[in-house]
Amino acid sequence: MSGNLLQVRGLSVEYRGRRRVRALREVDLDLQSGHSLGIVGESGCGKSTLARAILGLVQPSAGEIRWRDWPLDPRDRLRMRDLRRELQVVFQDPFGSLDPRMTAGASVAEALAALEGTTDRVAVRNRVAATLDEVGLDPALAARYPHELSGGQCQRVAIARATIVRPQLLICDEAVSALDVSVQAQIVNLLHDLSERHRMAMLFISHNLAVVRHLCEEVAVLYLGRVVERAPRDELFSAPRHPYTQALLAAVPEPDPVRAQRLAASVKGEEGSPAPQTDGSGCAFHPRCPLAVTRCREQRPGLETIASGHVVACHRWREVAPPAW
Amino acid sequence: MAGARVLRIKDLCVDFDTEQGRVRAVSGVSLEVGQGECLAVVGESGSGKTQSFLACLGLLAANGRVTGSACFEGQELVGASERALDLVRGTRIGMIFQDPMNALTPHLRIGHQLTEVVRARGLMGAEQARRRAVDALVEVGIVDPAARLLQYPFELSGGQQQRVCIAMALMTNPALLIADEPTTALDVTVQAQVLALLRQFRTRGLALVMITHDLGVVAGIADRVAVMYAGRVIETAPVADLFAAPAHPYTAALLDSVPRLAGPSTSRLAGIEGQPPRPHERGPGCPFAPRCTSARTECRTTDPEMRVLGERSVACHAPLHGGWEA
Amino acid sequence: MAEGTNSLWGAAWRRLRRNRAAVAAMGVLAGLLLASLLGPMLSAYALDQVDWSLSPLSSPPSFANGHWFGTDSNGRDLFVRVWRGTQVSLLVALLATAVSLVIGVAWGATAGYLGGRVDDWMMRFVDVLYALPYMFFVIILTVVFGRSLFLIFLAIGAVGWLTMARIVRGQALALRHRAFVDAAIALGLPSHRIIARHIVPNVLGTVIVYATLTVPQVILFESFLSFLGLGVQEPLTSLGRLVAEGALEMETAPWQLLVPSAVLALILLCLNFLGDGLRDALDPRQH
Repeated sequence: MSGNLLQVRGLSVEYRGRRRVRALREVDLDLQSGHSLGIVGESGCGKSTLARAILGLVQPSAGEIRWRDWPLDPRDRLRMRDLRRELQVVFQDPFGSLDPRMTAGASVAEALAALEGTTDRVAVRNRVAATLDEVGLDPALAARYPHELSGGQCQRVAIARATIVRPQLLICDEAVSALDVSVQAQIVNLLHDLSERHRMAMLFISHNLAVVRHLCEEVAVLYLGRVVERAPRDELFSAPRHPYTQALLAAVPEPDPVRAQRLAASVKGEEGSPAPQTDGSGCAFHPRCPLAVTRCREQRPGLETIASGHVVACHRWREVAPPAW
Repeated sequence: MAGARVLRIKDLCVDFDTEQGRVRAVSGVSLEVGQGECLAVVGESGSGKTQSFLACLGLLAANGRVTGSACFEGQELVGASERALDLVRGTRIGMIFQDPMNALTPHLRIGHQLTEVVRARGLMGAEQARRRAVDALVEVGIVDPAARLLQYPFELSGGQQQRVCIAMALMTNPALLIADEPTTALDVTVQAQVLALLRQFRTRGLALVMITHDLGVVAGIADRVAVMYAGRVIETAPVADLFAAPAHPYTAALLDSVPRLAGPSTSRLAGIEGQPPRPHERGPGCPFAPRCTSARTECRTTDPEMRVLGERSVACHAPLHGGWEA
Repeated sequence: MAEGTNSLWGAAWRRLRRNRAAVAAMGVLAGLLLASLLGPMLSAYALDQVDWSLSPLSSPPSFANGHWFGTDSNGRDLFVRVWRGTQVSLLVALLATAVSLVIGVAWGATAGYLGGRVDDWMMRFVDVLYALPYMFFVIILTVVFGRSLFLIFLAIGAVGWLTMARIVRGQALALRHRAFVDAAIALGLPSHRIIARHIVPNVLGTVIVYATLTVPQVILFESFLSFLGLGVQEPLTSLGRLVAEGALEMETAPWQLLVPSAVLALILLCLNFLGDGLRDALDPRQH
């Protein structure tokens, strides 16, 4: 059924601005056809950079990305162009990701022209109408401009644009974070339905753990550019093995006043946490980790496989207690 | 639990003069907050939750008009003169906003910004103000406060900036703190710390209004909750009651739409069909009727009245969990 | 929503219509344009026809002899000359602005979008041109190629594009980071298409405003050239030449200066009002 669609090995991305920022460090990932992988982390963890690297929007400084065993090189424009048809993206800002001077229909049609070369007016119009309908929009909205549409509607247009050519992989970079709760739920359902119906793999990047839990079969947690834990969904949420994952789960405010009585103080203050570009030896999380010992400060833990499909980068993973659900 | 009433909003309406004519953003909002109490005001886009409080403080845009009443410590705020409002804003009522980076002036040092209000109002001398600023930073959990006073906002992280904003609001020991989505722009772990901080302050008698769309945040900090939709308050209740047994169909649907960490991980979320109406799109009847699964004919034609049951109230023709008198 | 589609241009147009100063300015400009086209046909006199019946040749405005604006020192009817001059001034201004617009937008959008070294080189080139003494450049051109109308607007346009390029480059730089540009790149669109279909349409607002405010500058510059004797050649005339000639007779025949100056000032005033109105109307702050 599936093959390895996407393979990332040792991916590092560095930004050379005023300061050298290591946005991603030695990241390994695999994604099978039709599967969904969630990437979670807070600001500075490099999740958006990961999306941009896979899309070829940014040049990796080390490591490689392979798409169906072909190495992905952003400089090889011809190859990238072919690839675009299989690899699409939905961004965070619903209004910002649509050209304000183009109608919704024109934005979606542009994908057909660019990725498939379809320009016949009638064919384009029909396909655009069908795709808009598929994402839950009245096809008549094709004539509207982004500023006339709501956030949810704009995001549906963006999804239509990304999926009209039936890509193999859809990257969602915080695709629901800017939406109202009731609309967010609709879009999450839509993404789920689309990926099921078209057997489309999904790389879902989000800081919202609860949403990721509903949508993804496997989850990887990033901290300061590194993967600190990766596991199948149920295992990650019921028995996380990295202190950071633990802290992250504990910090999420659950809509349940009874459970919310426990204080989320399992992570020490931000003061003193290493800035993303510093290069200390040892585990990147150790300054804030409640379980940190001398070894953590001196030796960086590698990714260890502790169960089938479950890897974690922590010296003391055995002592991480399960969350108190 | 809740002490004397600090803020009482009654029948507040906010209109805006726009290109499309006069548009009503907030209609007939009535809310109360007492000493030491946290009232959460929950709503999505267009619910009017922010505009209601901006209106009370006289901070609306130039084309906004306020009617109704907002009584703070016995003083009427709606229609009050700029001078009268100035005396209250920043001293008796503090406000913190969503994006701390925007709330802090980039080219002024933290110390200057913290002490700005107290010095300008002549409440304290420069040295006393400085000491108070250091104390305020300590209270909000900032390490090495004296050094921070000399720093600029860009040298601080998002969480630290928001703490500074809270410190700024607390400099004058206000009776009421209005927090508008204070943690939305922050990382989850930082959010937890800031919320813990805010929870602490309530024990000192500070009344807190928490404006948010995040039900998780509400559960963690609120004593009472007011749910707003399309410019109206549609339900108020003590927090435990609201989550355990919501009376308004919108509240119930909202609770079902929130993805959770606990419980079964079904891939489908409930969601609510359609989207919240924008101010110029509102028609007669209950504003939620177009999206409500239990809507009746009267819901589309008549505005529901506010029904009261003990500490709870709901504006609905057919509230869930019977027992509501007409 | 009940109302049909309305593009951002439509909304901007409606906002512009509400600005009374801008609407009045548009009306006056339209009137002046019409007058400049029709005026000469109404008069009995030709452009460089000398009215020997006048004594002295330079005569003040009067209804009686058909010289509604008077005559210049050579006895030529000012009414016709002023309107023909207006035609020339407007033509020069519009053509020069158009040239600078086309070159400037293309240059600036490309430099701003591509960024990096290409941007550096392209804008350094602009900086170098900026540093050249403009007047010398124009004088050399006119000396080498003679004083044709074509050359004049080419010269003005060739320099006018520099500022336009700078402005457009700034806008393009900002636009490059917007999500819809990333989306276009993710669609695999080549750079030139992204520039043409996504960058340029989104800078047009600024470009239009700036162009409207450039036209007065161009007219003034042409007038300045005329003042120096480098402007349009006889028998053609422009507002600038008329002002220059009129200034010489300021004390004895004030109408020769006043009439063309008034028309010139009116055009400049209207263009400025219109430019301001456009800037407000196209301001994306409405979101």
